[in-house]
Amino acid sequence: MRGMWAFIHKLGSPPWFFGFSGTLVRWLLPVTVLLLAVGAYWGLLVAPPDFRQGNSYRIIYIHVPAAVVALAGYYVMAIAGAISLIWRIKMADVAMRAAAPVGAVLTAVALVTGAIWGKPTWGAWWVWDARITSMLILLFLYLGVVALFEAYENKTAAAKACAVLTLVGTVNIPIIYKSVDWWYSLHQPASLKFTGESAIDASMLYPLLVMIGAFYLLFAMSMLLNMRAELLWQHRNAHWLRQRLDVS
Amino acid sequence: MYFESLAAAWHMDGHGGYVWMAYALTTMAVVLMVWLPLARFRRHLRWVSAHQLRQAGDSQL
Repeated sequence: MRGMWAFIHKLGSPPWFFGFSGTLVRWLLPVTVLLLAVGAYWGLLVAPPDFRQGNSYRIIYIHVPAAVVALAGYYVMAIAGAISLIWRIKMADVAMRAAAPVGAVLTAVALVTGAIWGKPTWGAWWVWDARITSMLILLFLYLGVVALFEAYENKTAAAKACAVLTLVGTVNIPIIYKSVDWWYSLHQPASLKFTGESAIDASMLYPLLVMIGAFYLLFAMSMLLNMRAELLWQHRNAHWLRQRLDVS
Repeated sequence: MYFESLAAAWHMDGHGGYVWMAYALTTMAVVLMVWLPLARFRRHLRWVSAHQLRQAGDSQL
């Protein structure tokens, strides 16, 4: 327990975090690329086709991981926003803002691949369905955090406003999860379940799990890279950074 | 491999266009998610080293 608190305490220190994240990213990059390659090969070429949707269902291997991680990423951003508001920890601001563009790209990927999947399956690229509309709102929330921060001259006030927007937007997350159950929806219900048996065969499930893992790592890596770029700029005149970079 | 040939994997019984387009767009997004923050990091790094050189030059005057 004590070790965990010491670790959390260290996360708030820019010099320590800069070194730690640098090592972590060097490991994350090859593992993520390998998992993405294995998962994509497995899902695209090895897994059997769906008996009803044929081969178009293979889009599931990018659509579902992107959507799952886009939602999980919102929690990461909201928790960072809460920490930033309550304890005024600067590193939490950096984390919150680093998560926003990554979440926006993943949400866009989920929406675009969903549209491409929708065309052969439903006969339409886009429908104003509860699940899809709430995902579109998620995209606007992510983009809103990016835009709001840029709109403020005073960056402390900007971080505060972003944290508030992030926390208010959390209301949307359970709506997205439950949208397929609450409303009559074209979107199919969840294939993966934490409790009970998943509605998907093992031969299709394993590559999906690999891809979900790969997208989680991708999110972590991209967020860390964003944080490192931001820390480098914020501390550009700091002695520790110049020593670390050894640019002289 | 499920498909009998590369041509069959490309065609996917008529769904190939949709599936490969989705994967191509996602690949572009993944590359951007890594490349954009790395490019920003390198840009800042160049600023820091240029600034360091300027400071070193000033102190020699």
